[in-house]
Amino acid sequence: MHIKTMAEYAANGETPEVLFWVGCAGSFDQRAQKITKAFATILDKVGISFAILGKEESCTGDPARRAGNEFIFQMMAQNNIQLLNMYGVKKIVTACPHCFNTLKNEYPALGGNYEVIHHTSFLQSLIDEGRVKMQEGGSFKGKKITYHDSCYLGRANNIYEAPRKVLETLDAELIEMKRCRSKGLCCGAGGAQMFKEEEKGTTRINFERGEEAVATGASVIAANCPFCMTMLTDGVKEAGKEESVKVLDIAELIEQSMK
Amino acid sequence: MRIVQELLFVILFGTAVYLFSRKAGQIRKNILLGRDKDLNDHPNLRWKNLLLLAFGQKKMFRNPLVAVLHFFVYAGFLIINIEILEIILDGILGQHRLFVPVLGGLYPVLIGLFEILAVLVITGCAIFLVRRNILKLKRFISKDLDGWPRSDANYILITEIVLMLLFLTMNAADQALQARGAAHYIPTGNFWVSGMFTPIFAGMSDGTLEVIERSCWWLHIAGVLAFLNYLPYSKHLHIILAFPNAYYASLEPKGEMENMPAVQHEVQLMLQPELAANAPASDTMPKFGAKDVTDLTWKNLLDAYSCTECGRCTAACPANITGKLLSPRKIMMDTRDRLEEVGRNIKANNGTFTDDNKTLLRDYITEEELRACTTCNACVQECPVSINPLDIILQLRRHLVMEESSAPAEWTGMFSNIENNMAPWKFSMDDRDKWATE
Repeated sequence: MHIKTMAEYAANGETPEVLFWVGCAGSFDQRAQKITKAFATILDKVGISFAILGKEESCTGDPARRAGNEFIFQMMAQNNIQLLNMYGVKKIVTACPHCFNTLKNEYPALGGNYEVIHHTSFLQSLIDEGRVKMQEGGSFKGKKITYHDSCYLGRANNIYEAPRKVLETLDAELIEMKRCRSKGLCCGAGGAQMFKEEEKGTTRINFERGEEAVATGASVIAANCPFCMTMLTDGVKEAGKEESVKVLDIAELIEQSMK
Repeated sequence: MRIVQELLFVILFGTAVYLFSRKAGQIRKNILLGRDKDLNDHPNLRWKNLLLLAFGQKKMFRNPLVAVLHFFVYAGFLIINIEILEIILDGILGQHRLFVPVLGGLYPVLIGLFEILAVLVITGCAIFLVRRNILKLKRFISKDLDGWPRSDANYILITEIVLMLLFLTMNAADQALQARGAAHYIPTGNFWVSGMFTPIFAGMSDGTLEVIERSCWWLHIAGVLAFLNYLPYSKHLHIILAFPNAYYASLEPKGEMENMPAVQHEVQLMLQPELAANAPASDTMPKFGAKDVTDLTWKNLLDAYSCTECGRCTAACPANITGKLLSPRKIMMDTRDRLEEVGRNIKANNGTFTDDNKTLLRDYITEEELRACTTCNACVQECPVSINPLDIILQLRRHLVMEESSAPAEWTGMFSNIENNMAPWKFSMDDRDKWATE
């Protein structure tokens, strides 16, 4: 699979259907790279013309903004918007809810107006349109799966159903944690916490959430965010269940189960 | 004698209304100390929020059992106010049950309904007292509430019970006097609740009964007026401010942070210097973020006065759940306390604030609390009266980083990584698409 960049499309005078915004975690974090590849594979399989920005992509500025550094946010955002507008980008899909939130809700005020879709919503529409078809008796059939709502997809943007609808196609047994949907407990990474140690407390947030997820008895914890992925993986490890409980992104679950 | 009572009542009522309006005006002034923010767009959506969130108490129903009890107390207080209207008119005009001839057969039905509501208010408040003081629910025994706030909550519940008992006793005595055909006590028909309690007055003389009825009448209305004047000093102010606070609630997605046009502009000039030539020169140095209450928006300050310290935010806060210092409820209580302090300072110094070497940041809210926030929006989601503690946290963080360059070392590293490598980690920009070639 050759993944083309916007620059390559532009050089041929073509425009892709959608820009895949990979994000920093999806680009550099080894675990998140697997999610990126899984989602790119799905797009490739169903024949969607998509591009990445490649080396031209920059951080959206989300962690800097939430830590309080508006200058760095504005620098990143304005550069990104300049680039996106130059390429005439209309539609963006991303596998990171933080990038999703910033691109969708915070770039318009700075002159960046795009249709921004989180990959779980994108997958749902591909499934609805029949473009993604699942294998009969896929590898997750009958397995217990619990879904962790990320804050930036859930509360921040009110997307609770799309990821669940996608998971339903796996024919798995979906078990909800007590704290789910709008009551979902954070993984502990948001607001730039990913990049620093937690403050002193009685436990870590990801341990608390990992324990809750493991307690459902699920063998798979489905996530939709590369940061939740890191936090929950550590949380499951802390609960001593890393052998029996896997944390997987929804894109990975679909990629492994589609025809 | 009647004229003395009328005069007494008018003085009592007038004083109560005057004192309340004066204090309300002071609170309004305090709220307007906040930074300006236009929140008058989309009036239709705002009215909808007012109806659903404030009148309908939609978010309370996330916990249906408590919501129903709270709804009884709320509806009781709201609807019984119709009866207060009659009481006030009676008081001013020296009449007794002025609405009887007007409403006729409907009167005992209305009073009957009010009495049922009164019983529900008493039940609700009693259960709430048990939840706070005997069951000791976690969010009520939190150290956020140590001292005055915990007493405040109990005073409110006890006062509501007492007021309702006075109302019922007054009606029962009235019913007994009616049955005896006492002068002035015009027959109204049977009141559903108090009508059942008339036998307890069987052995008493007409005179004693009249004293009971009049005492209850006076204590009830004086209590209501005193309670009105207690509100501005209490967390209970939410019964009024929940309404405007729902109307002015943010209509943006919760994930969206407020833009900073001053910074946007400055960065724009930096990135596109050709624009700088035409840019109007600004001679005032903009302030970044918030250090004190006056740097916050007026909506943040309205939020602070609307908070009834229920603690749903803190109970849902991942940082608080895992033992960190951060408590969104405390953020709101601190903001109100500091705002009250600033308001008193301004009043004492004839309209100008005199530096007291204190600020909301550090003297009330510590850096450690602010650092612990994951911006997960659970506090915003949970608040039944549309308060946004996160917005305050983020403005204080902006001050720390942009005005004081105060950030944990890891964040400073993250900032420079983004600035130099376009990613929060120290990776080479050239490796950004390496995954695609593997």
